[in-house]
Amino acid sequence: MAGIEVSAALKQGHITPTELCQKCLSIIKKTKFLNAYITVSEEVALKQAEESEKRYKKGHSLGDLDGIPIAVKDNFSTSGIETTCASNMLRGYVPPYNATVVQKLLDQGALLMGKTNLDEFAMGSGSTDGVFGPVKNPWSYSKQYREKRKQKSHCENEDSNWLITGGSSGGSAAAVSAFTCFAALGSDTGGSTRNPAAHCGLVGLKPSYGLVSRHGLIPLVNSMDVPGILTRCVDDAAIVLGVLAGHDPKDSTTIQDPVKPFVLPSLTDVSKLCIGIPKEYLTPELSSEVRSLWSKAANLFESEGAKVIEVSLPHTSYSIVCYHVLCTSEVASNMARFDGLEYGHRCDIDVSTEAMYAATRREGFNDVVRGRILSGNFFLLKENYENYFVKAQKVRRLIANDFVTVFNSGVDVLLTPTTLSEAVPYTEFIKEDNRTRSAQDDIFTQAANMAGLPAVSVPMALSNQGLPIGLQFIGRAFCDQELLTIAKWFEKQVQFPVIQLQELMDDCSSVFENEKLASVSLKQ
Amino acid sequence: MAAPMLRLCCPGRRWALACIDGCSRHRRGAPNGCTSSRRRGQSSVAQQPFITAQKPRKGEHEWAAVVGLEIHAQISSKSKLFSGSQVHFAAPPNSLVSFFDASLPGTLPVLNRRCVEAAVMTGLALNCRINKKSLFDRKHYFYADLPAGYQITQQRLPIAVNGSLVYSFCAGKNRSQVINKTARVKQIQLEQDSGKSLHDDLRSQTLIDLNRADYEIQRQINELENGGEILNETRSFDSKLGCTIPMRDKEGKQDYRFMPEPNLPPLLLYDTESLPAGADPQQVIDIDRIREQLPELPSVTREKLVQQYGMLPEHSFTLLNEVGLLEFFQNVMKETRAEPKKVTSWVLNTLLGFLKQQNLAVSESPVTPSALAELLNLLDRKAISSSAAKQVFEELWRNEGKTPAQIVSEKKLELMQDQEALEQLCHAVMEGHPQVVMDVKKGNPRAINKLIGLVRKATLSRADPTVIKEILEKKLAS
Repeated sequence: MAGIEVSAALKQGHITPTELCQKCLSIIKKTKFLNAYITVSEEVALKQAEESEKRYKKGHSLGDLDGIPIAVKDNFSTSGIETTCASNMLRGYVPPYNATVVQKLLDQGALLMGKTNLDEFAMGSGSTDGVFGPVKNPWSYSKQYREKRKQKSHCENEDSNWLITGGSSGGSAAAVSAFTCFAALGSDTGGSTRNPAAHCGLVGLKPSYGLVSRHGLIPLVNSMDVPGILTRCVDDAAIVLGVLAGHDPKDSTTIQDPVKPFVLPSLTDVSKLCIGIPKEYLTPELSSEVRSLWSKAANLFESEGAKVIEVSLPHTSYSIVCYHVLCTSEVASNMARFDGLEYGHRCDIDVSTEAMYAATRREGFNDVVRGRILSGNFFLLKENYENYFVKAQKVRRLIANDFVTVFNSGVDVLLTPTTLSEAVPYTEFIKEDNRTRSAQDDIFTQAANMAGLPAVSVPMALSNQGLPIGLQFIGRAFCDQELLTIAKWFEKQVQFPVIQLQELMDDCSSVFENEKLASVSLKQ
Repeated sequence: MAAPMLRLCCPGRRWALACIDGCSRHRRGAPNGCTSSRRRGQSSVAQQPFITAQKPRKGEHEWAAVVGLEIHAQISSKSKLFSGSQVHFAAPPNSLVSFFDASLPGTLPVLNRRCVEAAVMTGLALNCRINKKSLFDRKHYFYADLPAGYQITQQRLPIAVNGSLVYSFCAGKNRSQVINKTARVKQIQLEQDSGKSLHDDLRSQTLIDLNRADYEIQRQINELENGGEILNETRSFDSKLGCTIPMRDKEGKQDYRFMPEPNLPPLLLYDTESLPAGADPQQVIDIDRIREQLPELPSVTREKLVQQYGMLPEHSFTLLNEVGLLEFFQNVMKETRAEPKKVTSWVLNTLLGFLKQQNLAVSESPVTPSALAELLNLLDRKAISSSAAKQVFEELWRNEGKTPAQIVSEKKLELMQDQEALEQLCHAVMEGHPQVVMDVKKGNPRAINKLIGLVRKATLSRADPTVIKEILEKKLAS
């Protein structure tokens, strides 16, 4: 269900915030095996629900998000609620302040259901490398997937072949996908919101860099990170974006211009649109199913009158390497503050400060994080700086310019795959290491982070295995609204099916059935 | 902001000078970059080339010692450079001042407007070129009081470059010869203060012990003359050994892994010409406006003092070098008719002398400008003698809340105003000491002093000796 109808239902009194909250809490309990949540803030949420209820009774609701359950990725600072980044380094760390985006949601009356699971410090594309264990894709348990599997093999109900959610915002994706909340915050540095969105059949929005405040988002790569939005439909993403976007004096990289919340128009005529298909994105690793859906989508636009042209982003092949250099360099810098002195984990060694730092960091960070720190420090050494870091910045400029050129030639949005294939089983995913997987899986998504552009993954159809496949739209800088408008049109055209998690919902007496839950949005 | 004034600890000291070719590294007058690395937690000082001529040592090269200094000046502002505060660009009050400083994860730096203005002002005062665009960088190292593991500074492109400071010092006999020198200022950069505050001292004077620099200079000369190389490193002075020793036990120098600070966009400054139309004044800094707000610079003030009061240049230095002293002086001048020279003397000699003795700042002076002015007025209209004035000053220093007039009255220090009475006394003394009178008449120059002394005694020191002398001479002449 999208927020809009729930919101309407709340306003009309068909359901109270407390009922809604309790319903979601019960689903969280039922879906605990998904491992989507690190912390469930039950008391907080119920209290917030109570307050929301008071407001509704008086007719003073704060807006579309008042009383709506949401979840937040565990790398956003939440006041009074443990924030771990799925790392030993921050186990037990309870921040004294809210991230700006969290505060904005709370100010609108949203209910904070909990903090969701991720790859440690958001490094990864599977949500498998956090200290609290991997996240399971709810689609592993969907009727759609299971039926297809039954057809193929006669193994039933074995859980051992569960699928990954993608990452690193897998917990948030699973939380939304399994109906535990209506929207969730993720983060997106190289695709970490869009990737799990595609694998979990959700809308995953990466806003333009500078549009949404990063204050309180524990950084991975400061020059590429953005808070990401995961929802079940495009309208909901637009509502959340409208609440979050805008200048934050606490984040000097946010744009100065004020941003007003917006309502997405319902586009009917796409004949004035120009869709660009970047030819370099047609790679051999792309699964045939995704390729065929991509083609189908292009044809869809064309058949409805839009202009669909092939474009070129010539520096695409350098992008992943360039990303790696810049990402690890900034990671090395950003992780320097974790030394065990002030917060989080501290080792037992007290021989000397340096010995303590070293032991604390070895114990606190996993291999992935440590690997990136070492790489990054290597690139930042005086003798390497010019050849690696500066070079990568220059290549980054070229990549960003590729997009500028394309958009200047009359293209409105680019249409690309989000992922190489549908979600894979965990057992298969872990056959390659984190670095390899990230390099593979980020291929379509990280260029948008390098260029600071808005991008959104929209679920299109189910694969032969009954798993979601999403496609990506990349828009002009700060044209997030236009991007979402086109995404909304596409969403309407493709009518992506609702996940069927009947078994989970069976013994829940509820106001909403699955179908209704899926089709209702936050908009009034 | 501290205004460092260099004092030569040993005024007569000379430095070895190299003006010769052979050593390309040490060319006369050209500082080749900062040769001193700042030691953590240390305050450092202004950039200075020191070159004075000396006879070359036998058969060897002449060397020029070039000393670069790095000064850390703490900007006086309500909050730190990046914490985000009420003085921030058009932002509502921010309650997260300490979270950033504590390096809590997720906090971001926000540039403090007041600090930028201070840096621009400093740059203008030091004749720098203000860079309309400057950048911020991260400088990484692990240290207990650097919670983020890096310091935000301006390494690539600082806010101001290529300035100069003209300074003077007094040399020669009686320190009456004023010598002007120019120090080049390489750059001014805004930087996060990672250490604790160094200047708790009100007077914020920084003294450099140049003797210690000499040890290092000698060491380097020896090293170079023996064909060795000078490592770029941090050394400290060991007073027991009487030489400098390396500080780090690691090989090679520290690599700070500089990286641009991604959370701070380039700092753009404008002037009246380049200011975009309709720009929000809260959001931009106009260099020209800051220039207008520059206070009078010390050299101008000193020149004015010399012109206006006929003050000796060396006195103008002293007045400006002591925090608050100039203001004190000017306040006294406002309230007194006494001659500037007299005021100068009292302020620089008496007042300053007392302050120094007790290690007090001008602001701690128990004698206020008004009090001193009143005292000088009494002196000026000859109500008291100068020795009496000194006594009054001492009393005032005790700070018992009495005015000069009250003290004079209590201690009966008034000069005798009654001319007739004085003449009678003189007459009486002359009568009483005919022998001395005879000596005077005989031409003994010192005899008159005896008479003056006697009269003074008779007046209980309440007569001006000069006046006594006049009267006596008149009487003796008749």
